[in-house]
Amino acid sequence: MDTARFTSKGFLVPGIINLVILIGLATLPLYGSLYNVVLITSIMMYAILTVSWVMFSGSSGYLSLATATFFGVGIYVSALLLPNTGAVLPLLVVVLIAGLGSSIVALGVGALTLRLRGIYFAVFTFGLVILVLELLNWWEHSVTGTRGRFVMLVDNDVIFYIMLVIFILSMLTTYLIRRSKFGLALQSIGENEEAAEHIGVNVTMVKVITFAISAFFMGATGAIWATKLTYIDPYVAFNVLYSFLPVLMAIFGGMGQIYGPVIGAVIFAYLQETFQTEFPYYYMLSFGVILIVAILYLPGGLVGLIQKAWRRRPGGRHADT
Amino acid sequence: MPESIVTILDVAIGGLLLGGIYALIAMGMNLQYGVARVLNFSHGEFIMVAAFGTFTLYTVVGINPLLCLVIIGPVVFLIGVLLHRTLFHQLSLRAPNVDAYAATSILASFGLLFIIQNIALLGWGADYRAYSYLNFGVNIGGAVFSANKLVILGFAVGIGVGFYTFLARTHIGKGIRAAAQDPTTASLMGVNINYVLALCFGFGAAMAGLAGVLYSMRIPLNPAMGMQYTFIAIIVIVLGGLGSIPGSFIGGFMLGIIGEIVSYFDPSLSLAAYYLIFMLLLLVRPKGIFGK
Amino acid sequence: MPILEGEGVTKYFGGLAAVSNVDFYVNEGEIIGLIGPNGAGKTTLFNLISAALVPKPGIIKFKGKNITGMKSYKICRMGLARTFQSVKVFANISVFDNVRLGSYFGKSPGLSSADAAREAGEALEFVGLSAMSATPARDLTLANQKRLEVARALATGPELLMLDEMMAGLNATEIAQAMELVTMIRDKGITIVMIEHVMKAIMNVCERIIVLHHGEKIAEGTPQEIATSPKVIEVYLGEKTDA
Repeated sequence: MDTARFTSKGFLVPGIINLVILIGLATLPLYGSLYNVVLITSIMMYAILTVSWVMFSGSSGYLSLATATFFGVGIYVSALLLPNTGAVLPLLVVVLIAGLGSSIVALGVGALTLRLRGIYFAVFTFGLVILVLELLNWWEHSVTGTRGRFVMLVDNDVIFYIMLVIFILSMLTTYLIRRSKFGLALQSIGENEEAAEHIGVNVTMVKVITFAISAFFMGATGAIWATKLTYIDPYVAFNVLYSFLPVLMAIFGGMGQIYGPVIGAVIFAYLQETFQTEFPYYYMLSFGVILIVAILYLPGGLVGLIQKAWRRRPGGRHADT
Repeated sequence: MPESIVTILDVAIGGLLLGGIYALIAMGMNLQYGVARVLNFSHGEFIMVAAFGTFTLYTVVGINPLLCLVIIGPVVFLIGVLLHRTLFHQLSLRAPNVDAYAATSILASFGLLFIIQNIALLGWGADYRAYSYLNFGVNIGGAVFSANKLVILGFAVGIGVGFYTFLARTHIGKGIRAAAQDPTTASLMGVNINYVLALCFGFGAAMAGLAGVLYSMRIPLNPAMGMQYTFIAIIVIVLGGLGSIPGSFIGGFMLGIIGEIVSYFDPSLSLAAYYLIFMLLLLVRPKGIFGK
Repeated sequence: MPILEGEGVTKYFGGLAAVSNVDFYVNEGEIIGLIGPNGAGKTTLFNLISAALVPKPGIIKFKGKNITGMKSYKICRMGLARTFQSVKVFANISVFDNVRLGSYFGKSPGLSSADAAREAGEALEFVGLSAMSATPARDLTLANQKRLEVARALATGPELLMLDEMMAGLNATEIAQAMELVTMIRDKGITIVMIEHVMKAIMNVCERIIVLHHGEKIAEGTPQEIATSPKVIEVYLGEKTDA
């Protein structure tokens, strides 16, 4: 391994910042209020969804609107295996199964639809959420007769830590993929899929596998989120909002750097949690406006904007003056 | 008339009615996607807003819903034209290539979806609303059919045929068809492309609006109702063939009839049936029926 | 046994036959030219061979094996590579990584990291782009982007290379350099099939030329034979140009 890389300034400074943030997060339940712990749990949930979405859609050029579906699958797996009547399996096992379950769904959906053009894929995944919602409603109505399920209670600190672990794993996976030849292949698919296939990249397999990996994290997050919600029904679990919000957060935060989506998620999740109770419709409306503004004027997202400003400072490498 | 025949006729008329509505929204979507190249995910929201607008105009001001067609239709048309000129046209100027424009226009339409849906939520709240209009029975040969069903069906077909004639016969219509086939050549031959694209987007929105006005007579309204119609519109334009307006018209009726038949057996499974059809289409014949 | 052959290769788009009942063969080590007026079906034929499209009907064989309908990436790994008429480099990826992708994925069995990097370096050196290794591909001139495409294709270790209008848009100096590159590639033992409009290049470099018109093969022979064939002359000079 190239140790020079690790000791160079470019790695050391972000490395220390990462470590500080990590330690701060890991110890939060010890010094933070209940409100803050729950708030940060929510923020991490959105961050994971956003980072996972970028894992696939950021490089491949395929707009996935399936996030809500995979998230919902995770929620439902959790509800089935961790009912308030008593856990069928240990919590961590359930989270793992939820992640795997979502991955399997992703493999199926991906194998079917990733051979289609990007736009059909977007539409397909958009409809998938609505479809699953309808089917689940019908199922609960006609077959099981239940309406909603109760999920077993889990301690807030435990939820926090599991969410933190999933978050760290998702960031790690993103980093590893980016640095690997697999990630390079994914990028080439996004740049020019036909050319990629002609130089030997098995594009379908790369797309489907990345899609499945991203779904794993979405499902795992859903599973632990269900324990926070404690009551779920099809409408709570399968909500198109969870497909749109990660996209908004990623665009606003910027998809070029690994942290862009996280920053976008933190900002919007914070806004969401703060304003959801008081001005639910106004804040959603403003999200729509911000999305349009971001698309029009912020192609690199917030992180891109900051990078541009950083480069333009006097003495900076690309200073205009 | 024997019971079973009445049922079949009822399903048939219901299917045609649903089909008429689907045909309108699909033609609208096809104008926006097939010509203006914008896959407008907020299409359904225009339906929803027009429906709510009719609700308010009728219950508060007392304006007859059929009259609302001529009020709301042009308003939605203008909004559509404006949206294209300001938002989508700007995006097309900034996009480095076709694919980038496709992506940004879709995302922008999401933004619109957020905005329009939440304006509706602010205006009318999250509860279901409904009104009653022409809800009496019409006796045809011993069978009774709901009057508003027949009226909606008539208007939907009328608007559809009327628009198709407009496309086929008028100057503007020919410009639109030329732009749909080959924008570059069309602009070289003197068609003002930007003008035509904005018009198309406007007409597309107007179709959604008209469909919303008509359908509001029969269904309960709710600000979240738009998305499924967007999805249905996309299915129909794939079914009928992208860029083919007659295809959307016929495809709409086909899907409507299928939907009504499925609904007869189990109303909550109609969307699942549409999705299945969509899946099969994409896997077997993505061109659709009339696609080139 | 020819390294590449096609039998009755046909492709319809709607009612129009882009390629119609074309038989062809390419022997190992040859440089074959594929010419014809615009719209003759040349690039479509390439697309059918590289499996960007599937012939219907028709059979294509590479190294004796039927590759009709095989996936493009498998065909590449078998040893058939191509460049594109409208240059398809990976714009936001560096020149070096563009080529490295080829050496990573285009070979069967795959290479190790170090070997792939080494081969990418060699391919870049061969086409003369080593100095621009770190540059993102989009910042290259058109001529260099075309060279990059060739390097990338070469990195996949092909036995047969298809070049689609490599010289389009190049000036006289660049064309001469490209012609030299083509002979250098052949000297490495790689069979070449090239679509070109630049007649000078075709006539000087190719051993055999196939002429397409309206999707059909209308002539085949040495440059001398083709240059003097009345059919070919009529197609290029006499007839109305097709859009």
